[in-house]
Amino acid sequence: MNAQEKIKEVISNHDVVLFMKGTPDMPQCGFSMAVTNVLKHLEVKFDSVDVLSDEEIRNGIKEFSDWPTIPQLYVKGEFVGGCDIIKEMFEKSELQKLFEDKEISFKK
Amino acid sequence: MAIKQEEIEKLLKEGFPDADIEIQDLAGDDNHFSAKIKSSFFKGKSRVQQHQMVYSSLKGKMGNELHALALTTEEK
Repeated sequence: MNAQEKIKEVISNHDVVLFMKGTPDMPQCGFSMAVTNVLKHLEVKFDSVDVLSDEEIRNGIKEFSDWPTIPQLYVKGEFVGGCDIIKEMFEKSELQKLFEDKEISFKK
Repeated sequence: MAIKQEEIEKLLKEGFPDADIEIQDLAGDDNHFSAKIKSSFFKGKSRVQQHQMVYSSLKGKMGNELHALALTTEEK
């Protein structure tokens, strides 16, 4: 399986998945940490992929959504955004609405 | 790897001629910037599409020479 296929599989098998640097408990970059903090705050159950441990995925994910930076959040197969977008959506309650629309449980 | 604020501004101006652009060098290291861009080109685009347009105006520099650009886009 090549990187694009692997990414596709991960995204279709997990409702909420974050491609990030490090892990939710030990993020290796401030932007990845900011997004995990939003998700933790909303008590959303999510999976994560550490791109630092896989160079193919790290490069592949940038191609996958034509998005040059990490982190990247996917909800039910759809690319939602990177750090700036997630923070802005959270502040405007748009992220909460998205989770509601996609039937992802979170703390209201 | 670093990039000058003027260069970012130049590329953004080329990509979005009508835009109001505010750039800040957040750490003074030519590596961490924030940009606020207000342009009519964003009309009808999703936020992801708007940011993608900005990234392509930076011609591949984002994620390479340019490590961090905190981005806010708005329709004009």
